[in-house]
Amino acid sequence: MTVDQVRTVPAAPSTRTRLTRVLLGRDAAITALLVAVVLVASLTVDNFSTATTWYFLFLDVFPILLIALPMTLLVIAAQIDLSVASMLGLSSVLVGALYENGWPLAVAALVALVVGAVGGALNGFLVTVVGLPSLAVTIGTLALFRGLAVGILGTRAVTGFPSGAQDLVSAHFAGTGIPVVMALFVVLALAFGVVLHATPTGRLVYAAGLNAEAARFAGGRVGRLTFWLFVASGVMSALAGVYWTLRYGSARGDNAVGLELSVVAAVLVGGVSIFGGRGALPGVVVGVLLIGALRSALRLADVSSDVINVVTGVLLIATVVGPGLVARARGAARRPGTRPSAGAPG
Amino acid sequence: MVVNRFTILKGEAMAESDDEPGPTSSHPGASADAAPATPAAPLGPAAPLGPAAPLGPSTRTPAPTLVVRGLVKHFGPVVALARAELEVRPGEIHALVGENGAGKSTLVKLLAGVYQPTAGQMLLDGAPLEPRTPADARDAGVAVIYQEPTLFPDLSVAENVFMGRLLTGRGGLVSRKAMRERTRELLATLGVEIDPDRPALGLSIADQQLVEIVKAVSLDAKLLVMDEPTAALSGVEVDRLFAVARQLRDRGAAVVFISHRFDEIFALSDRITVMRDGEHVSTQDTAATDTATIVRQMVGRAVDTMFPRTERTPGAVVLEVQGLTRAGTFEGVDLHVRAGEILGIAGLVGSGRSEVVRAVFGIDRYDSGTVRVDGRVLAQDGPEQAMRHGLALVPEDRRRQGLHTDLSVARNVALTLRRRLSRGGILTSGAEYRVAHEWAATLQVKARDLDAVAGTLSGGNQQKVVLAKWLSTTPRVLLIDEPTRGIDVGTKAEVHRLLDRLAGDGVAVVMISSELPEVLGMSDRVLVMHEGRVTAVLDRADADPETVMSAATGTVRSAVA
Repeated sequence: MTVDQVRTVPAAPSTRTRLTRVLLGRDAAITALLVAVVLVASLTVDNFSTATTWYFLFLDVFPILLIALPMTLLVIAAQIDLSVASMLGLSSVLVGALYENGWPLAVAALVALVVGAVGGALNGFLVTVVGLPSLAVTIGTLALFRGLAVGILGTRAVTGFPSGAQDLVSAHFAGTGIPVVMALFVVLALAFGVVLHATPTGRLVYAAGLNAEAARFAGGRVGRLTFWLFVASGVMSALAGVYWTLRYGSARGDNAVGLELSVVAAVLVGGVSIFGGRGALPGVVVGVLLIGALRSALRLADVSSDVINVVTGVLLIATVVGPGLVARARGAARRPGTRPSAGAPG
Repeated sequence: MVVNRFTILKGEAMAESDDEPGPTSSHPGASADAAPATPAAPLGPAAPLGPAAPLGPSTRTPAPTLVVRGLVKHFGPVVALARAELEVRPGEIHALVGENGAGKSTLVKLLAGVYQPTAGQMLLDGAPLEPRTPADARDAGVAVIYQEPTLFPDLSVAENVFMGRLLTGRGGLVSRKAMRERTRELLATLGVEIDPDRPALGLSIADQQLVEIVKAVSLDAKLLVMDEPTAALSGVEVDRLFAVARQLRDRGAAVVFISHRFDEIFALSDRITVMRDGEHVSTQDTAATDTATIVRQMVGRAVDTMFPRTERTPGAVVLEVQGLTRAGTFEGVDLHVRAGEILGIAGLVGSGRSEVVRAVFGIDRYDSGTVRVDGRVLAQDGPEQAMRHGLALVPEDRRRQGLHTDLSVARNVALTLRRRLSRGGILTSGAEYRVAHEWAATLQVKARDLDAVAGTLSGGNQQKVVLAKWLSTTPRVLLIDEPTRGIDVGTKAEVHRLLDRLAGDGVAVVMISSELPEVLGMSDRVLVMHEGRVTAVLDRADADPETVMSAATGTVRSAVA
């Protein structure tokens, strides 16, 4: 092989090389985009750079952030959970119905989380044991969970939750626009981030998403992993349901209808490949914030919601398609760097 | 008996050591010692294409169908093809050989319009061939049969043949009948029995390749390039493919054939072009050369011992399998292997050999029987359990089972060790790099760095990554399925040396191989399977090609030792 760059003993890339790769990577690009949107909006949109704006922005994206954490792992493992918003609704309804019947709010919330785990386990069972594709399974449970939610409360709404709990959910750190609940998110995000990026389980998530068979040959219990990812997704969705109930003071069967698509969109904007195996948690968090900030800025600028949806859709397509186009444009010039043995297996 | 890949042709045994029984003795004059007697220079009367020789149509031979002159392909700083030369005449099967990374595949991709050359010239029937896309190349008359064809699974064979130019009948509607008839004719002329109406889904790889060839014939391709077509075929299928290739040659087509199997190259080709490091080394008549010469030209040195074997005294039985049965796949399989011993498993494709090791390793379940490691029963609880007991399996299908082609070298190597490398549940890249570096150094993996994506390495280097991935677990039993499939001759010898060294270190090795010389050359004992049953267990001294082949084909059933 006539390749001057190929060393006989490949070494770990230098810290500088690795840093360069991170800085040229997708996470860096999406972060730069977020910074740009925030800067431009701060300069051009009145009231954007205020604590109030950020306060509501965080409260609005909080459920998406919560659900995006397990969704990121699922999509990287080449699975998907579309039942999350329905589980959120079911959880909300359970909290409302139980509270209405005199259960303490904390116990009602705990029951909702357990039901979330059970619902997630149902998804996991159908996918890993029965062997159905997760897309089909979770479209089914999307209807199932929503049906249960609406069946329990009908078109009623339960309101009148204790103000202490509601105040806690909407409290913010003194002097800032940052809601207290964001602290919970930071803890959870760190936990999911560590699992995905710095544990054996995380390595298996990527390996399973790229090639489940090879992952199995390498001793990975792919089925078990997938099952628990669905359970985590159910629990986080239920937690988002508890939040939703208290944040809006209303438990309804149709809470958060369609939110699953916002979550999946944010995960894709955040750089996760829908085909699995690629992506990172920081990118997804930035992706959620990017969409939230953009929509918030456009709303403040009095742009109609139809236009906002169009802009969000274009952003999704651009961020998903963009990297591919860039890679193609760089084309042959870049290929040698990543393909030292272009002649393989010749 | 059909000639299949077990057949040892001239020179195949060239590099086996002198104490080798069997193959060497039946093929004299091909040992490494004889090599210096052969002219070392690639040029000779039979080599019209020396590096310095000007190319062009000769007055005596027919004008070449394909002429490649000084072809260069750079990928940025990487030179994949430095100066390729190739001349293929009509009515000729021309073998293209070289180690992995020699540039064969790059040359094929240039011919096929997948890449465009940096410099140089390609002429097809005297006219410049400058395909910008695979479609251009096809229209110009170049057809490429890849190792794994990509047919449309839901379309019929006939529709696949005529894809992109469906035949129409009355009213401009697609005429299935016309396509069916035409395909039937084409299949018949090639002597191939495939139903034109059946869907492509479920066709064997061999049949899919034949459909691709029919497609090429229907397009009146002038040049047919077959890029390692036999790597995934069984013996009978190889014979059928060769029969079709010969027919095409006799009808005047120019055929380029790429293979790592010398028996096939010598059985099929008229001339051989050797490439090394992206450059043309030599072109010679097949009849006027031998394997040793070709190998030396490929690697640029003599490969002295293809099958190194140190004398060893096997220790205690480490792995013992009794009465292993999986309905319809294998039945009553008994085997054992001792520490420091290499047990070779021979058998035709489909004999159940891979399935047995898969079951032992816990990938598939078995219905009855026991697997013992060090006398203790190994429960059926998946590969993780097997790994805990010191087993490792290097699987047969590298790209699907052995490797994560989209992950980096480091991540691949460390995947099997991910739990052992973690401290307090945390796994750092640093730990992965350390272990990957150590094993990449031991096995001399060639890659840009440890972040290089495994799928971009050459076949031999990919196999080294798979080996590193499993050897890093320090197994006591190494199950290895087709250790050298699709890798170049230099790496092959390295893998063999490695297996010998592992056995010397006391590892119990179970090696499955379709290449008989490999089984005979490397094993202390040879176990032969036929239709899911063990038909022979032979000591090294008793294992000769005839005995193994007859046991593998079920013609003789010798006593199980």
